[in-house]
Amino acid sequence: MSLTKKIVTYTLLASFTLIMMFPILYAFLISFMQGGEVLQGKLWPESFSFDNYISAFEKVPLLTYLLNSLIVSTVIMIGVLAVSSLAAFAFVFINFKGRDILFYLFISTMMIPWEAAMVPNFQTVQALGWLNSYAGLTIPFFALAFGTFLLRQQFKTIPHELYEASQVSGISRFRFFYKIALPVSKTSMVTLGIYSFLTAWNMYLWPLLVTNNEAVRTVQIGLKQMQSQEISTEWGVVMAGVVIVILPTLVLLFLGQKRLQEGLTQGAIK
Amino acid sequence: MNLAQREPSPFKTYDEPERRRWMSSPFLAGMLFLLPSLVLFGVFLFYPMMRTIYLSLYLIDTQGEPLVFVGVENFINLFQSSSFQTSAKATGLFVLYTVPIGLILALVLALLANEKVKGIGFFRTMFSSTMGMSVAASSVIWMFMYNPSIGIMNRLLSGIGMSEVQWLLDPQFALMSVAAATIWMNTGFTFLILLGGLQNIDQQLYESARVAGVSDWYKLRKITLPMLSPTLFFVTVVSLINSFQTFGQIDILTKGGPMESTNVIVYSIYKDAFINYNVGSASAQAVLLFFCILIVTVLQFKLTERKVHYQ
Repeated sequence: MSLTKKIVTYTLLASFTLIMMFPILYAFLISFMQGGEVLQGKLWPESFSFDNYISAFEKVPLLTYLLNSLIVSTVIMIGVLAVSSLAAFAFVFINFKGRDILFYLFISTMMIPWEAAMVPNFQTVQALGWLNSYAGLTIPFFALAFGTFLLRQQFKTIPHELYEASQVSGISRFRFFYKIALPVSKTSMVTLGIYSFLTAWNMYLWPLLVTNNEAVRTVQIGLKQMQSQEISTEWGVVMAGVVIVILPTLVLLFLGQKRLQEGLTQGAIK
Repeated sequence: MNLAQREPSPFKTYDEPERRRWMSSPFLAGMLFLLPSLVLFGVFLFYPMMRTIYLSLYLIDTQGEPLVFVGVENFINLFQSSSFQTSAKATGLFVLYTVPIGLILALVLALLANEKVKGIGFFRTMFSSTMGMSVAASSVIWMFMYNPSIGIMNRLLSGIGMSEVQWLLDPQFALMSVAAATIWMNTGFTFLILLGGLQNIDQQLYESARVAGVSDWYKLRKITLPMLSPTLFFVTVVSLINSFQTFGQIDILTKGGPMESTNVIVYSIYKDAFINYNVGSASAQAVLLFFCILIVTVLQFKLTERKVHYQ
């Protein structure tokens, strides 16, 4: 690569990084400011004090909310991985009558906006007695067409001869799925796992509908609660709440992204 | 399950070959693997969608119970209400503002981050960072950025000598402001998927192109974009659908206002169903949302079918 091109590339990379990261840095800086500094519209806090963080934990039960979000996101992630990989396996390796129709059925689920079905879903969950419960927050999200397609693409790269050979030697389908298909698809599973964890953590509308007490409320709703209570007066505290909420997922993303890239690089070498 | 097989069945006993045939029936095996998905889709997607269509044709009481069949009356009321017209317009504009710009931005970022230069891992992480940002957290940050007196946006404007803007309070700007925030929020995900697509392209193609000495622009047009087209197709559909489903940022930033200028369809459904207790109207809007997404997706499949290059 020529020097000029290198300089241009780095300049572009740096400027886009600045643009993309600015809101996050801004929130971070505000979270350390005192009330007066925020109102003056400063960019850099005079001193880095953790007062806002302490008040954030005092004003709302943030720890409970964080734990709830962690439980909900982890359960959804495991559910999505299990349910999607089973379905993807059927679509790639099992040749049965009606498979194409079912595949179109899966595609059709992507055309149904979940929000269009939320009113009856709310009634269903209410009838099941799942309001304010982890079950109501997680189970409706286990089936994911996107996850199925992602893993289907991955499973397709496994040579079909391998599957046929295993069939001939009497290895059951489930064993092949569990012992061969899943392990060789680790990268895609990690990608889907990270994706489903992050989207679950990010969920907003559904938790807003099905939770109304603090015991199961997720951290996103806690943030809304904070923002509407504190608005215009204590932005520093609100931003401290924001930083607390985004830190776990940012850390996960930063760690997971490396893993993701390693997986991709390994795939390229072999 | 094993136990049940060992015990003699009162109904029917399978001899060994028959049992094996039964177990290895591809249809049964396929259905078993698909069962969890099918049950969940049935209970939490297909049933409620049918129910929504059903409810949209009824007069509903405030408890959400259907009273009288009224046919398309809910829809007629909807089309005649200026509130719904505003909402439909806001949704269309919002999709128009967010999808194309969001895709182009993510594509530029992905192409940049696919350059093999030192420290590129850091930039990739930074570009994908908004994927780790929740919609609530992002919205709160942008709310502060748009704050008329102390937010950075107006300070930048006054810094370059322009007059200040009421970003979220002015009906002219509110939707665009929410759209800008949304583009930022969605970039991380779109970028990551596109980068994955770029990295899956066979490096030998570039190697041959390098040997042949073609320009970067040519490589982009003749190798990268065609080979990336399945991924591009995928993210376009996902972005469009996401855009139609926007809710969180509206709820936090504008609550559908000012003058309903940001009352996009999902927010409008939410308000009708859970605040105004008008489930009939909410269901009718939900049905329309469903058909919008259906049409968009089918059109996209049809339009791109032939142009997309699948490996």
